[in-house]
Amino acid sequence: MSKFVLDFEKPIIELEQKIEEMRRFANSGGVDLSEEIKNLENKVEELKKNIYSNLTRWQKVQIARHPDRPYPLDYIYLMMNDFVELHGDRYFGDDKAMIGGFARLDNRTVMVIGTQKGRDTKSNLYRNFGMPHPEGYRKALRLMKLAEKFNKPVITLIDTPGAYPGIGAEERGQAEAIAKNLFEMARLQVPIIVVIIGEGASGGALGIGVGDRVLMLEHAWYSVIAPESCSSILWRSWDYKEQAAEQLKLTAQDLIKLGVIDRIVPEPLGGAHRDHKEAARILREILIEELEALSNIKPKKLVEMRIEKYRKMGFWEE
Amino acid sequence: MSWFKRLTKNISGERKELPEGLWTKCEGCGEIIHRSQLELNLWTCHKCNYHFRINSYDYINILIDKGTFKEIDKKIRSVDVLNFVDTKPYKERLKEAMKKTGLNEAIVTGLGKMNGISVVIGVMDFRFIGGSMGSVVGEKVARAIEKAYKTKNPLIIVSSSGGARMMESALSLMQMAKTAAMLTKLAEARIPYISVLTDPTTGGVTASYAMLGDINIAEPGALIGFAGPRVIKQATGKDLPEGFQRAEFLLEHGFIDLIVHRKELKNKLVQILKLLLEK
Repeated sequence: MSKFVLDFEKPIIELEQKIEEMRRFANSGGVDLSEEIKNLENKVEELKKNIYSNLTRWQKVQIARHPDRPYPLDYIYLMMNDFVELHGDRYFGDDKAMIGGFARLDNRTVMVIGTQKGRDTKSNLYRNFGMPHPEGYRKALRLMKLAEKFNKPVITLIDTPGAYPGIGAEERGQAEAIAKNLFEMARLQVPIIVVIIGEGASGGALGIGVGDRVLMLEHAWYSVIAPESCSSILWRSWDYKEQAAEQLKLTAQDLIKLGVIDRIVPEPLGGAHRDHKEAARILREILIEELEALSNIKPKKLVEMRIEKYRKMGFWEE
Repeated sequence: MSWFKRLTKNISGERKELPEGLWTKCEGCGEIIHRSQLELNLWTCHKCNYHFRINSYDYINILIDKGTFKEIDKKIRSVDVLNFVDTKPYKERLKEAMKKTGLNEAIVTGLGKMNGISVVIGVMDFRFIGGSMGSVVGEKVARAIEKAYKTKNPLIIVSSSGGARMMESALSLMQMAKTAAMLTKLAEARIPYISVLTDPTTGGVTASYAMLGDINIAEPGALIGFAGPRVIKQATGKDLPEGFQRAEFLLEHGFIDLIVHRKELKNKLVQILKLLLEK
């Protein structure tokens, strides 16, 4: 399926190709190889389990950035029905790196919002590589307020290398746009479920990342800074990205221990990029369950609990 | 060649060292300023109005009535939960910063009076790991907000920060959400919050409480932004326009209410507070 293969995925891909070859040979020659094929298939499963349960943090970053990984629009079409995409922040423009709209999830109308990357150069330029400008964050906020008005829960899907660091972005107040979102999301009167599906880089991710429940896919990353930038600032060189990734403790498995996220969403064996449908099926079930749990809490209580949740974040001594 | 030979003692050898810290060169115009004059002008240049970066307590002395400042939460200290090591362990960086500044963290918070008006105040200190916000800065800001909420006193936060602290990774990031969430309580109780942005205020601090003031005030020339200028230059490959991300640029683009000279800041804050608090 995938053309782009990560180094540590190679043994798996090679075995899979071998199985494929044997199948073709068996079919054309009428030889029974089912026993051998089954053995090899078991071997692939073992290998996958082995590799994917022992990934380094940097390898996880690479998976999270895999160009075949499902993006918000993929999840939306696989998980939901009747998606109507809505556009524009009503002030400046329509940011293509931020998408959103109403949709049906199971038996509920939800507002779904996400940072959207492209799959090739052309679509990546169109989507600005998933890096929103201020108008993206303001569009997201407009849609959240719309959801609040009609009492619909909000789901945000995050996959961004960060808020765009550009001249126009600064002129139009990138910092103010993100700050305002944090403030308004903290007190939004409807449930918010946040899912980090790929890359969760810094304020650009948090700008749509304040919620009652924060979920994170098994191989996603979330941190105050991308490992490369961290390497460049602290080591004064781009060469320490692996170490930076280790130090930043940016995996879902790290962050659940630190209380930054609430739940890890399992990915199909081999990663979400190898089976979009299965990844979406798992996430869909979890979202339905989480929404159900939040649906009976009164708005006032919900906001109180949300503020309290963030109030407790962090560690110190005194 | 004897006529080239120095007959007297080397002149440079006789040069007297200036007493340390007595004279300072202005980073704005190069003017050499005597310490006493600098102090008199609250660490601004009398010639070009350049605002020097100053310490938390110096700033508190400028804004708060003499003898009225009561520090709170002084003893909260950072812990290195992630065991973060780059070219140096985080633990060591913390120790060094504490030794260098005499502070426990990058912000000092407390209660005080401004021309008799009770306020809660927080002042950041850029010398402490670049004024970066980790769990402790976030927690101290959150507690300052709570104090303002409980005492019903206005809140003033003077920011100077490189942003969220990398050595606490996602925990630092969460302090942005924490401080912003706490500010909603203050807003709902209609207690004024004035944000003062000084040089430099960037990253996660700008993108949380520093931009969320009911009124945002900046010092002249202060660098204020989300991404740092170097990062933007690198990402876009473009030359940055003159005055980019300076206080005047932000005023022009509508993100701050006022630019106020440090010498006029206390009076301006008092004036605004009176307008808000009096009938």
